[in-house]
Amino acid sequence: MPNIKELAKRESRFVSGHRLCAGCGAGIVMRQVLLAIDKPVIASCATGCVEVASTIFPYSSWKIPWIHSAFENSAATISGIEAAYKVFKREGKINKEIVFVGFGGDGGTYDIGFQALSGAAERGHNVLYVCYNNQAYMNTGIQRSGASPKFSHTTTSPVGKVIPGKVQWQKNLVDIMVAHGIPYAATAIPGRWNDLVNKVEKAVKIEGFKFIDILSPCRLGWPHESELTMEISRLAVETCIWPLYEVVEGKYKLSYKPKEKKPVAEWFKLQGRFKHLLLPENSNLLEEIQKEVDRRWEELLKKCES
Amino acid sequence: MGIKVAKTANEAFAEGMRQINPDVVAAYPITPATEIVQIFSQFVADGLVKTEFIQVESEHSAMSACIGASAAGARAMTGTSSQGLAFMWEMLYIASGLRLPIIMAVVNRALSSPINIHCDHSDTFGARDSGWIQIYSENVQETYDNLIQGVRIAEHPEVKLPCMIMTDGFILSHCLETLEMLTDQEVQEFIGVPPERENLIKSAIENKPITIGALDLQDYYFERKRQQAEGMKNALKIIPEIGKEFGDKFGRYYGFVEDYKLEDADIGIVVIGSTAGTAKEVVDNLRKKGVKAGLLKIRILRPLPVEDIKNSLKNLKVVGVMDRVEGMNAFCGPLYSEITACLYDLDKKPLLTNFVYGLGGRDVKIEDIETIFNELITVLEKGKKDFTLKYIGVRE
Ligand SMILES: Cc1ncc(C[n+]2csc(CCOP(=O)(O)OP(=O)(O)O)c2C)c(N)n1
Ligand code: SF4
Ligand SMILES: [Mg+2]
Repeated sequence: MPNIKELAKRESRFVSGHRLCAGCGAGIVMRQVLLAIDKPVIASCATGCVEVASTIFPYSSWKIPWIHSAFENSAATISGIEAAYKVFKREGKINKEIVFVGFGGDGGTYDIGFQALSGAAERGHNVLYVCYNNQAYMNTGIQRSGASPKFSHTTTSPVGKVIPGKVQWQKNLVDIMVAHGIPYAATAIPGRWNDLVNKVEKAVKIEGFKFIDILSPCRLGWPHESELTMEISRLAVETCIWPLYEVVEGKYKLSYKPKEKKPVAEWFKLQGRFKHLLLPENSNLLEEIQKEVDRRWEELLKKCES
Repeated sequence: MGIKVAKTANEAFAEGMRQINPDVVAAYPITPATEIVQIFSQFVADGLVKTEFIQVESEHSAMSACIGASAAGARAMTGTSSQGLAFMWEMLYIASGLRLPIIMAVVNRALSSPINIHCDHSDTFGARDSGWIQIYSENVQETYDNLIQGVRIAEHPEVKLPCMIMTDGFILSHCLETLEMLTDQEVQEFIGVPPERENLIKSAIENKPITIGALDLQDYYFERKRQQAEGMKNALKIIPEIGKEFGDKFGRYYGFVEDYKLEDADIGIVVIGSTAGTAKEVVDNLRKKGVKAGLLKIRILRPLPVEDIKNSLKNLKVVGVMDRVEGMNAFCGPLYSEITACLYDLDKKPLLTNFVYGLGGRDVKIEDIETIFNELITVLEKGKKDFTLKYIGVRE
């Protein structure tokens, strides 16, 4: 893997000028993913914050061939592009190697785009799919998604007098993708760029459908101080709320083990959407989350051991 | 030279696709269009085509994958019907907005609910404002010829719009007719190499990044749509050129519409698809009886060939527009609206009536068409109409 100096020398292929919020994690994720690939890349991107903020005509932040067509079909769109490439290559019309990347937010991946994602994975297109996961529909104003954490406040799962935010747990999409039998799946965060770059680099070398779920802090929707983006992503790992791991050919491997597991409240403390969980009268809710995070963490450790 | 074979419209579509030999096909099964992809799958399995065939998990993804492939520079095709087309609705507008010359074989079938698998035109009429070229076929031969011409029309640099080619579900899709097929070489020569377009793969190879599908707000959206509308307008010029070239080469000429015994007609019907065949027989019978009857068949609905429609109908006294769609506007069918709009500017215009028929595959018999002509004769005799819309063949 390239060291940070080498990476810094690479041309950035997601460039400034976009209108993502100051401190938005998604822009960092885009840049890191593309930096990790030192080959020509074609990407598709789902409707959402990244698409809307990066391609306001006549401007574009993308120094790669890039397409947006709709919200729920990034995986299907990139399938078609990859198919076109295959036939051109077979016909001898091109010989250059091209890497195909599909981007989608958590809404465009976990929810409305899930069918297209599942189909593309099942068909085994040679594509890396990256979910920049800010855990809600941010572009439309912070609505809940299947990736929003339990008890988080969103504008469609608001904290109220009788309901304390979103009542369901987020789905475990990495496991679901692993169940498709894909050769590579992983989680990542922008705050551990070396791990993220490593994973992308590894994934694009593998033939077939690859999936990486990247936690992407959203200073507007979570909300948090804009200078805390990287730290907050690391704290999600340190609290074991967002463990870093990869699954190669079905085999789970922990990428990083916190030296000392921090209480979930440490993560909640920095974000407005969990504010209510820190009130004394809600200590039972906080406890419930801690318990389940602990349980999931143990379960993951077991998977990684076996 | 062509070879005469017996084929259904589905088979004709599939054979045409084989001869076109597209780079990418992404499709999903639905009755009565399923056979097209089944037959085509076999062509792929037998190595008869170079095509990369994507067996997608839905029509939405079929059109999305075609969009990706076409944006990557591929000649991309799909086929569908009814619910499948409805499911693609969002992507139809995106395909045309991105100016991608995707080709789609559509087998017309009624829309749910109630669920029904038989022919009417509600599916593609629902897509008539989606920015796609729309070509309708009367029989198996036209289905095949239209498909081949569709490629040239869609890809023409002045047009650059997707194109759907229609055939009537079951009535044509499953009906054996004589088809004069072109040779593979003739098809290849006619469609030629696709004109060069900016595309993602070219962009990657040349390292010249392009962004497709950017956000156009108040400042650019309108211009983009205006340009797209110009492409549709250009198709008005290109379609007859290609129809003539096809005729010069293969002996079958195609325009926007087909006039049948309209020259001196007093009364006439406007019709789309296979019903034209039945109706021509009725016209012949009426002519034998001395009734000056005629028929106008619409082959191209998008772009709307206003001048041709005007010219064909301007001298008629009474016209009956046959809609195989219910407009659900408590007034008239959609084709009636279109025809009325075409004729409105004429100083002297025919009396216009509307007949909704054949929904959900309800059989259209000679007697039904005769009923329509009898209505037209009554209006002609009275010199005025006392209805706009009548339903034909329904129990009320
Ligand atoms: C079919 C469809 N439904 C709804 C929308 C409205 N919409 C646009 S972006 C978006 C949310 C995007 O959420 P996510 O995928 O998580 O990306 P984010 O904005 O959070 O980056 C929604 C609901 C749409 N564009 N298309
Ligand atoms: S709303 Fe959130 S995800 Fe969207 S641009 Fe702002 S910080 Fe980024
Ligand atoms: Mg989101």
